Amino acid sequence: MAVQSMVLADVPFPPSVEDFYLPSILPWGEHDNYWFTKITALVWLSAALIIIFFLVAYRKPQLVPSKRQWLAESLYGFVRNNIAIEMIGPAGVRFAPYLTTLFTFILLNNFWGIVPLIQISPNSHIAFPAFLAVISYVMFIWVGIRHHGFVKYFKNSLIPPAPWFILPLLIPIEFFSNFLVRPFSLAVRLFANMFAGHMLLLVFTLGGFAMLNANAWFLPFSIVSWAMTIALTFLEFLVICLQAYVFTVLTASYVQGALADEH
Amino acid sequence: MINTLLAEAATTEKHNPIIPIWQEILVGGLAFVLLCWVLMKFVFPQMEKTFAARVDAIEGGIKRAEAAQAEANQLLEQYRTQLAEARTEAARIRDEARADAEGIRQDVLAKAREESDRIIAAGREQLNAQRESIVRDLRSEVGELAVELASRIVGESLADEARNRGTVERFIAELDSAGSTGGR
Repeated sequence: MAVQSMVLADVPFPPSVEDFYLPSILPWGEHDNYWFTKITALVWLSAALIIIFFLVAYRKPQLVPSKRQWLAESLYGFVRNNIAIEMIGPAGVRFAPYLTTLFTFILLNNFWGIVPLIQISPNSHIAFPAFLAVISYVMFIWVGIRHHGFVKYFKNSLIPPAPWFILPLLIPIEFFSNFLVRPFSLAVRLFANMFAGHMLLLVFTLGGFAMLNANAWFLPFSIVSWAMTIALTFLEFLVICLQAYVFTVLTASYVQGALADEH
Repeated sequence: MINTLLAEAATTEKHNPIIPIWQEILVGGLAFVLLCWVLMKFVFPQMEKTFAARVDAIEGGIKRAEAAQAEANQLLEQYRTQLAEARTEAARIRDEARADAEGIRQDVLAKAREESDRIIAAGREQLNAQRESIVRDLRSEVGELAVELASRIVGESLADEARNRGTVERFIAELDSAGSTGGR
């Protein structure tokens, strides 16, 4: 009982932004050293797991696939057919490898957010979504310039088919929405979802302890709070899959917009 | 209590979650680029190849089956025409054989008839010849007998005289003509 009360007394509440910045693993316990933390370790682990999975599953591809090969193929086939070809058209097959890599990387990194004992997603640090968003941004502009040529691409994407007197108003809006907002919206959407998810789980888990700590009679409320944590974990699972999908679909959609001939 | 918590939060709040940490960008970028390199170089092109091979295998199989079906149909058609040809040929041969048999029968019949006619004619001829010779023999014999009989009746001297004058021949010739006009 004494141990328990000590543990309860240590629970910090409410959770703050600082809860996302864990001390470094190597060197152990150091703050403000970001080279090897739980977050970066998880990113490396994600990359390694995906590489190992695909290499093992596709070591000896066969016409009639084994179970593991089938799984890898259906993952690629899903992004290839339901995102790349669906959004971009037949030319989308070219982008399917990158989009699949992007999708699996985001999905697994998101997924750490609900894995018991790990329960934090690297994507709740904006550095990773921001990097991915910058790649998407550079990619769709590059693809557009390659396809149309520099002048025609910017003419296509900046000048909508509208009467000339409205263009001074429309061109800045187009520029703002196409070239300024897109990378930020991509990065912030993913980051904020993962950040908020982790925060919610923290609030309900720590909240249960905090209530119990304040008064032993609050036990029923604590139990409700912890039950909410479990329910929210399921909700988080949905958000995890959805955000990985949305990020990939939006990237495909930007590429499609850059390849489109008309507005 | 809340005040102290807030104060504590304010003092320790040194991270802004919207500002990315450059070390993390570097690490994440490195990990992602490595991931992209491996998957896009070694895995996904392989998958596309497998997909293409699979499509090829299925379409090729269908094509092969179609070809086999077409060949079978063609063979069946060929057999049918051959069978029909054989049937008409057989019918023709049967008809010919029938016609040949009829011809042979007619031939044989005609030959047989001819043979029988020939045999009958030969028999008749022989019969005539025999009759002629018999008649000749009889004639001479009857003459001799008549002469002998007359000589016995009239005397021996008459015999030489009758022979000299050809009486007997004349008499038999008369007999002959009388027999041939009045006999039948």
